[in-house]
Amino acid sequence: MVLAEIIQPSFLVQPNMKVYINGIGSVNAQQAGYTDNFLTEIQQTEQHSIRSIEPDYKAFINPTLIRRMGRIIKMGVASAKMCLNDAGVEQPDAILTGTGLGCIEDTEKFLGAIIQNNEQFLTPTSFIQSTHNTVGGQIALMLGCNNYNFTYVHRAFSFESCVQDAMMLLAEKAEQNVLLGGVDELTVNSLKLIERLGQLKNHPITSLNLLNYKTRGSIAGEGANFFVFSTKHTESSYAQLLGCKMLYKPENTEEITESLQQFLQQNKVQASDIDLVLYGYNGDVKYDRLYTEVKDKLLSKSSVAYFKHLCGEYHTSNSFAYLLAAHILKTKSVSPSILLDDKKRLVKTILIYNHYRGINHTFSLLKAC
Amino acid sequence: MTDRVVVTGIGIISAIGKNTDESLQHFRSATSGIGAITQIDTIHKTNLPVAEVKYSNRELLNLLNIANKKCNYTRTSLLGMFAAKQALESAGIHSVKKKKTGLVSANSVGGMDKSEVFYATFLGHPKKGKISNIVGHDCGDSTEHIADYLGIKEQVTTLSTACSSSANAIMLGSRLIQHGLLDRVIVVGCDSLTKFTINGFNTLLIFDKEACRPFDATRNGLNLGEGAGYIVLESEKSAVESGKKIRGILSGFANANDAYHQTASSPDGNGAYLAMSQALSMSNLQPNQIDYINVHGTATQNNDLSEGIAMKRIFGETVPRFSSTKSFTGHTLGAAGGIEAVFSIMALEQQLIYPNLRFKTPIPELQLIPETKLIEGAGIKHILSNSFGFGGNNSTLIFSAA
Repeated sequence: MVLAEIIQPSFLVQPNMKVYINGIGSVNAQQAGYTDNFLTEIQQTEQHSIRSIEPDYKAFINPTLIRRMGRIIKMGVASAKMCLNDAGVEQPDAILTGTGLGCIEDTEKFLGAIIQNNEQFLTPTSFIQSTHNTVGGQIALMLGCNNYNFTYVHRAFSFESCVQDAMMLLAEKAEQNVLLGGVDELTVNSLKLIERLGQLKNHPITSLNLLNYKTRGSIAGEGANFFVFSTKHTESSYAQLLGCKMLYKPENTEEITESLQQFLQQNKVQASDIDLVLYGYNGDVKYDRLYTEVKDKLLSKSSVAYFKHLCGEYHTSNSFAYLLAAHILKTKSVSPSILLDDKKRLVKTILIYNHYRGINHTFSLLKAC
Repeated sequence: MTDRVVVTGIGIISAIGKNTDESLQHFRSATSGIGAITQIDTIHKTNLPVAEVKYSNRELLNLLNIANKKCNYTRTSLLGMFAAKQALESAGIHSVKKKKTGLVSANSVGGMDKSEVFYATFLGHPKKGKISNIVGHDCGDSTEHIADYLGIKEQVTTLSTACSSSANAIMLGSRLIQHGLLDRVIVVGCDSLTKFTINGFNTLLIFDKEACRPFDATRNGLNLGEGAGYIVLESEKSAVESGKKIRGILSGFANANDAYHQTASSPDGNGAYLAMSQALSMSNLQPNQIDYINVHGTATQNNDLSEGIAMKRIFGETVPRFSSTKSFTGHTLGAAGGIEAVFSIMALEQQLIYPNLRFKTPIPELQLIPETKLIEGAGIKHILSNSFGFGGNNSTLIFSAA
């Protein structure tokens, strides 16, 4: 990619520029990979965490490499490869990875070894793999891809920062396929910590009833969801992405609704045009309130749906919502498992509204194509 | 032609001082910041030299005028807050609300300095360990503390691509301005020394037991450092409107991937070559217009050879004057690109080329000789700065005189 010729005047999305989601790859808690049958059979759990169903990695990664890779690396690299296959893209023009916590399994391994062996007899593998851009680096290595390769690591902005960057890249040069994804892993210790931080429900649960308890805490999750973004509509196009916006630490609900209204205006969408809103409801009564307030103020006409009972709460869980939205728009069907009302609108436009602990709020708009 | 992106403020803290003046004094007196470990409890205290910031966390809190001594900021946050505030002041920005102002920060190990204290207890006793020591583990934590300290809300994000993290944050910051999403952005990075990174790089056998010798035939590895470097990027229009002094222009940048090995650089320096050539192409400069290269120059066998080969592929037999300021600051990992961006702006303003300390003999395969003495009145218009990281992540920035 030569940036010299591509920096255009100042606006994010060029007039007439359309961004399409042309490929999907996923390692998620609902099925091994991603197929058209997505959510025809719903996985539920009584655990306080939902783990990914890992596919047969040999189909995507050189078997000699699999053994050495940490779980997050396998999830990320396999998901990226699936996605490129799905889009029919061999070499992406950019690789963008979002991860809230990075390679925590390897980080813990190396940290544990330092502590247990008093800084002696250490081996480098887990240290090398603990680096936050390992997934992005391994994808490049697997593909022999010399192109632009960024990793974003900002809590619940990690994936959305990739989306923002992808849209800028496509505005800079239209003829590109940008690979981007969100990936996070759960470990035994990270789950313990999430529990100690009071972010898990402290009573028995069934994941599909997540919103019924009206108590504090949620269920933890993990996953890897990758996408190919392009300005070209192809046979494999799932949906059109109109825009994505991040809002940091709004002081009150008014600030959120104002920011959302602005975002809709920028994208020339009326609130009444939105057929379905995918909310990041995670069952934590303290934070879910914000979704309901925004819904009541601005989005009362749209169908109400949620997704974290299917994937759990994690920093890049919104990448699962993108997968879900793209799936709905392509298949023109909505799994009843995600609906919280019976408006049953024909779904052509979806808004995703997610926030992490009231701090990192994001809005995304997707449209059928 | 688009509105240019210019630098209007700089802020720095590293082993060679807590501002630009102190850093300059060290450059002028050829005094490096590399010495014994004093702030970390490690078995490597006596055998591995590092480049520490000479203040404890408590002293940093005082420097930041934070009265609440109970707040449990990670060292990474403290260093970042300190340098970012300095950059904002140096740009004469009193209110971040007046224009669309964002923060793009970078680091490599987040709040690991506290995490490793926490894990020491937690691993044996899962119900124990001070929980506030783990909440700052992730890389976004320090960014949010910096944003809150400066009152920034417009755009807040964090990059982590190992040792090129900061350079990439500068690129992102510039693009956010070029796309009209921000008028100005405080960019770049911070990292603190930790037992984790000290032991990690030690397992890779790339530490020199002495102070490092970048680009020397006898180089034997790097010394870790810590610190933070921040710059304020603005659209030229925004800077001119507010009557700001333009300190430098970010005229080119590129990120490319070596796609060769998770940690090692390729023998032909392909990623480095691509990053440098694409950045040159963006800046519309010919290689012979580059007056100084602030090399990545970690002083590992692998980096300096690979980077040198890439430099020769670009510049032929007339490689510009170059030096590695890591011979002063150590390798500050995720902060390196930020610290070296600040040094680049200082070099343009002061017309200085910094010495590459402890160089004696050129690498046989390269025969490249860095500048070993401080050069004043250097006549520099364009500086190229390299930052390369794990995952084959190679980045080049080009700064030009205003």
